[in-house]
Amino acid sequence: MSTTTATHHDDHAHDSHGHPTGLMRWVKSTNHKDIGTMYLWFSFAMFLFAGAMAMGIRAELFQPGLQFVQPETFNQLTTLHGLIMIFGAIMPAFVGFANWQVPLMIGAPDMAFPRLNNMSFWLLIPAAILLIASIFVPGGAVAGGWTMYPPLSVQGGMSVDMSVFALHILGVSSIVGSINIITTIFNMRAPGMTLMKMPMFVWTWLITAYLLIAAMPVLAGALTMLITDRHFGTHFFNAAGGGDPVLFQHVFWFFGHPEVYIMILPAFGILSTIIPTFARKPLFGYASMVYATAAIAVLSFVVWAHHMFTTGMPVAGQLFFMYSTMLISVPTGVKVFNWLATMWKGSMTFETPMLFSIAVVFLFTIGGFSGLVCAILPVDIQLQDTYYVVAHFHYVLFSGAAMAIMGGVYYWLPKWTGHMYDEKLGKWHFWLTTIAFNVTFFPMHFTGLAGMPRRIPDYSQQFAEFNMISSLGAFALGLSQLLFLYVVIKCIRGGEKATNQVWEGAHGLEWTVASPAPFHTFETPPQVK
Amino acid sequence: MNKKAIFFPSTVLAAVMSLVAGSAQAAYELNLKAPVTEIASQIYDLHMLIVYVCLAIFVVVFGFMFYSIYKHRKSVGHKAEQFHEHHTLEIIWTIIPALILAAMAVPATKTIFAMKDTTAADMTVKVTGHQWKWEYDYLDKDVKFISTLATSQDQIQNKAEKGENYLLEVDNPMVVPTGKKVRVLLTATDVIHAWWVPEFGVKQDAIPGFIKEVWFKAEKEGIYRGQCAELCGKDHGFMPIVVEAVSEDKYNEWIDAKKAAATAANAGADKEWTKDDLVANGKVVYEKNCAVCHQVTGAGLPPAFPAITGGKISTGPVADHLALVLNGKNMMPAWKALLNDVEIASVIAYERNALGNSVGDIVQPSAVKAAR
Ligand code: HEM
Ligand SMILES: [Cu+2]
Ligand SMILES: [Cu+2]
Repeated sequence: MSTTTATHHDDHAHDSHGHPTGLMRWVKSTNHKDIGTMYLWFSFAMFLFAGAMAMGIRAELFQPGLQFVQPETFNQLTTLHGLIMIFGAIMPAFVGFANWQVPLMIGAPDMAFPRLNNMSFWLLIPAAILLIASIFVPGGAVAGGWTMYPPLSVQGGMSVDMSVFALHILGVSSIVGSINIITTIFNMRAPGMTLMKMPMFVWTWLITAYLLIAAMPVLAGALTMLITDRHFGTHFFNAAGGGDPVLFQHVFWFFGHPEVYIMILPAFGILSTIIPTFARKPLFGYASMVYATAAIAVLSFVVWAHHMFTTGMPVAGQLFFMYSTMLISVPTGVKVFNWLATMWKGSMTFETPMLFSIAVVFLFTIGGFSGLVCAILPVDIQLQDTYYVVAHFHYVLFSGAAMAIMGGVYYWLPKWTGHMYDEKLGKWHFWLTTIAFNVTFFPMHFTGLAGMPRRIPDYSQQFAEFNMISSLGAFALGLSQLLFLYVVIKCIRGGEKATNQVWEGAHGLEWTVASPAPFHTFETPPQVK
Repeated sequence: MNKKAIFFPSTVLAAVMSLVAGSAQAAYELNLKAPVTEIASQIYDLHMLIVYVCLAIFVVVFGFMFYSIYKHRKSVGHKAEQFHEHHTLEIIWTIIPALILAAMAVPATKTIFAMKDTTAADMTVKVTGHQWKWEYDYLDKDVKFISTLATSQDQIQNKAEKGENYLLEVDNPMVVPTGKKVRVLLTATDVIHAWWVPEFGVKQDAIPGFIKEVWFKAEKEGIYRGQCAELCGKDHGFMPIVVEAVSEDKYNEWIDAKKAAATAANAGADKEWTKDDLVANGKVVYEKNCAVCHQVTGAGLPPAFPAITGGKISTGPVADHLALVLNGKNMMPAWKALLNDVEIASVIAYERNALGNSVGDIVQPSAVKAAR
């Protein structure tokens, strides 16, 4: 980003040790802001790539019959779409936010381990190359779903090995990144900033980092067993050799459910930052938010088998996982109530970040409710592996995580670039995204209830109308994101000069530094009262 | 590519028009299918209950939000108050949802116990998932058959008009008597599948190497259609489940007819067949069972599914060919469990002497019988 280059030239005082310029500035960067920027661009590129795959999926599902792709290719599209969106788009975007914002919010000069930080980012590149290159190997990309259940994934070609290796690399990157974030938060807070004075975003990332450290090795374990089953004659998941295919699902979802919270807790943090700013009122129930987040994190490790209600667990197991899943919606509800109470009797304005945040509260709650419907085990028997589940997780992941990311980008973009974004275009982007999103995904509740399985390239005619609506919505949703790209680039290139404070109601250390934030900040720690 | 580019805008247009006009099909279906078993109606009621509870909470909570958005905005001059805690309120909105959920858990728990009770069944059917077909084995009746998709490739590839039950029709439906408790034992031979009939409220994964139990008792005669509900590879979308619930008399007639057909098919096993007859019969068997992977033309889909035309096995020694078909290998199923002697002899004859091959030899059904 050219503006940040300019800043760093302004910042002569710190140039004495001479950091690299040009390409080498990015390759060798140990600066949390540059690395954050790279994470965010990487994430956006992956978002567009996996989004293009979704366009392929929706084109095929536009009408009954096979029009564009054959079933095997279709399965590759859904699988890669899921893997890349989760591991390539959502997760790196949040790490990008953490890099930029955590040091700025706690008054630290940089991350605790700048070189590790560089490594965490650059590990993403070989992983992305492996995933994308796997499309071109004989047999094509992975086609067994992002969940990669054996025995199906044991049948797959070498793309399975490439993807597993990619996920191993991403796991290393996440763990290293998390250790870095935890260390930074514990050791580098400005004097006076006690844990219970930390901004909510920092809290949510602290808890997320612990979730990552606990969950990613579990995924690595499951995937390693998969690889040894594929190539080294073990039978972890092969009943003929004394193994059990369902074991994989248990291990996978022991990672997988915390993983979904890894993708939403930082989003909660972003909402908890934006809503008070535009309500001009402190966050309601700060302490209970912290406790609710911690409760969600702990509970997220004991609900995993709600993804496996149709595997035929014994009654005791089914009951346990139904109850625990119902329980986890209580702290989730508390968060929603707290955001509403923050808005209550505030003095609200509705700039783009606030619009995104309100939409996320509203739409994420719909996703929470459909999660609750799925938690009722007998009902989930009808819904498991249908479009209803697809609707559920897009309401929590797109209109939860992804739209919170968009809101966060608009919110901090002036601080990052020094320019205000184009408010009018931002609002256009917001409305187009929100409307198109609902047109795309709301009908999926209906198709799922009426019995349409997920992961099928073709469907019976009773589902034709809703699928067509979904597809039209999806094309609009995809196109709207190009507008986002345009707004961001426009803002980097120029625009109204941003003040340090940027938003009237904003609080926190990041608003005390210049806009754009200088290359080095807080070299002498600020004092927090 | 070019054809598709032109094809797309015009079909989009036509399709959108039909969207507006609506169609004769039962379209815009909004809810779960009408239940025909006790369990399915309990599920239906549970679903309605939880939806109403959610809707009520939703309306109240977002009523507050939109009221606030309307009233507490800067543009109408509202000044922000600075409260940020209220312990009683926070405790209330933690406890109330917890109580509502506890109340929901009670009926759900009851239904779970009922679903799990597979005792005192009137009959048992073992259902096995294969890539990409279902096998039904009526354990106490000695009736066994394979059920595959009946929709033609032409319909799927848009070369023929799509029928009313497009993708939801099979050649051999499962038939059950109404009013009887049917226990279903589920397993699979290759990957995980899931057997699902929405009207029965039954969905159970079929897991290779394990047997899982479910049950249903159909209260109403009719034809009920479901689909495989666990991604199982290429043709996961093309392995429907069709169950016909009929009166007990009709069910018994059907059992007798199935038995008679099986006897007739086996009778052919001991007679001497000519090559031409086997090849002719083999075409039917091949296209029904083998073409999904090896393709109608015999070209296969390498590397996963090798070609039959000029293939190493299909042009090699006939004994190896027979052994492979009987016992399978990797993704190739062991057909000895699925096809009878005549069918296996026929399909081998067809593979060796058609599809571009002309090896010349055959195996007799009697030899297949001996090799089992
Ligand atoms: C109120 C809280 C929630 C509850 C009670 C809940 C419950 C459930 C249940 C029971 C399922 C399994 C459905 C099935 O496969 O039959 C499910 C699936 C899923 N949920 Fe949630 N959920 C909640 C929140 C979330 C959040 C916050 C996220 C992510 C940000 C999330 C992401 C997912 C995903 C990705 C799946 C599907 C995974 C797959 O099969 O591919 N959920 N949820
Ligand atoms: Cu989960
Ligand atoms: Cu399937």
